[in-house]
Amino acid sequence: MNARLRSPLKNALGLGSARAGSHHFVVQRLTAAALVLLGLWFVWIVLELLHLDYAGAHALVAQPCNAVLLLAFVTAVFWHAQLGLQVVIEDYVHTRGSQLLLQVAVKFLCFIGAAASVLAILKIALGR
Amino acid sequence: MAEFTLPKNSRIKAGKHHPAKAGAKDIRTFRVYRWSPDDGENPRIDTYDVDMATCGPMVLDALIKIKNEIDPTLTFRRSCREGICGSCAMNIDGTNTLACTKAISDCGSGDVKINPLPHMSVVKDLVPDLTHFYAQLASVKPWLRSDTPPPPDRERLQSKEDRAKLDGLYECILCACCTTSCPSYWWNSERYLGPAVLLQAYRWIVDSRDEDTGTRLDELEDPFKLYRCHTIMNCARTCPKGLNPAKAIGEIKKLIVERAS
Repeated sequence: MNARLRSPLKNALGLGSARAGSHHFVVQRLTAAALVLLGLWFVWIVLELLHLDYAGAHALVAQPCNAVLLLAFVTAVFWHAQLGLQVVIEDYVHTRGSQLLLQVAVKFLCFIGAAASVLAILKIALGR
Repeated sequence: MAEFTLPKNSRIKAGKHHPAKAGAKDIRTFRVYRWSPDDGENPRIDTYDVDMATCGPMVLDALIKIKNEIDPTLTFRRSCREGICGSCAMNIDGTNTLACTKAISDCGSGDVKINPLPHMSVVKDLVPDLTHFYAQLASVKPWLRSDTPPPPDRERLQSKEDRAKLDGLYECILCACCTTSCPSYWWNSERYLGPAVLLQAYRWIVDSRDEDTGTRLDELEDPFKLYRCHTIMNCARTCPKGLNPAKAIGEIKKLIVERAS
């Protein structure tokens, strides 16, 4: 009823422009571009790891170059996933409470996932 | 959450069949969406058998023939019958297009299915409610905004190159085929401006005579108004004028990045 009593222009204007969104747009594309390259490398290292025993796999991941690329890969994966899921939730979840809950949950889970992955890689790379 | 089933009062039922007059040989069947706000009934699909020997070549010709000769209650918008007013935009044979420029012979071999533009409130039959669409257009102030007054003795000049930038934009007739074909607009029409309005916005952003470019970009830089476009490309595929609103939206996004870097 509120929307019907307001003018159509008032409804169309809503709260106005957020003057934001371009940063999300740029970072989503940057992480996507990074993932194209890192993804190819990741496929290579997974294929290599398949043939190795635990000690060999540990040594391969512990190599500085591989450890750094793996860190870059998991960071880009979780960053990109968070940005993408944020858009999916904005698109499809229209109940204010559920939307807020899901947005926060996705951010927290992506951060936890990234932190756990980074810790695991660092433990291997630093030999502990 | 998004709703994946229609509410009970929106489910479409089988409607009346209107057979052709005796003696008709070249018959084409039209399946037309019908709904009236006055009778409390669910929407229905009426079928009309039309004698093509006495019917013009376009879908609009068939609709006018149905209204004149078979069922005067059929309601639809039409005006220019030559693809310039945008009134007769509807979903024909599964694609949003203009009934006046869509040939019946291009509608595949089976029945011709005609529905109103998707995901809009229906006023009656094939007439969608475009109030919000027009309000969104008004919200981008689609007119020349300039502090510099025009020369007293002539019009505002523009180079041929700058004029060429308006090609592919000025032809838009605001029929709403693109906007109502866009899934992003279906889910978020309250806030997403949609391809037609964004193309109109870009038409003024790229106009060399307009001086409000920065403000126009400011007003569009919004996660919902602009960035709901996920380059699905339905808009470009369905545009009856052959325009590419997705490209215009991409250009707006590029300009916003360009001014920040």
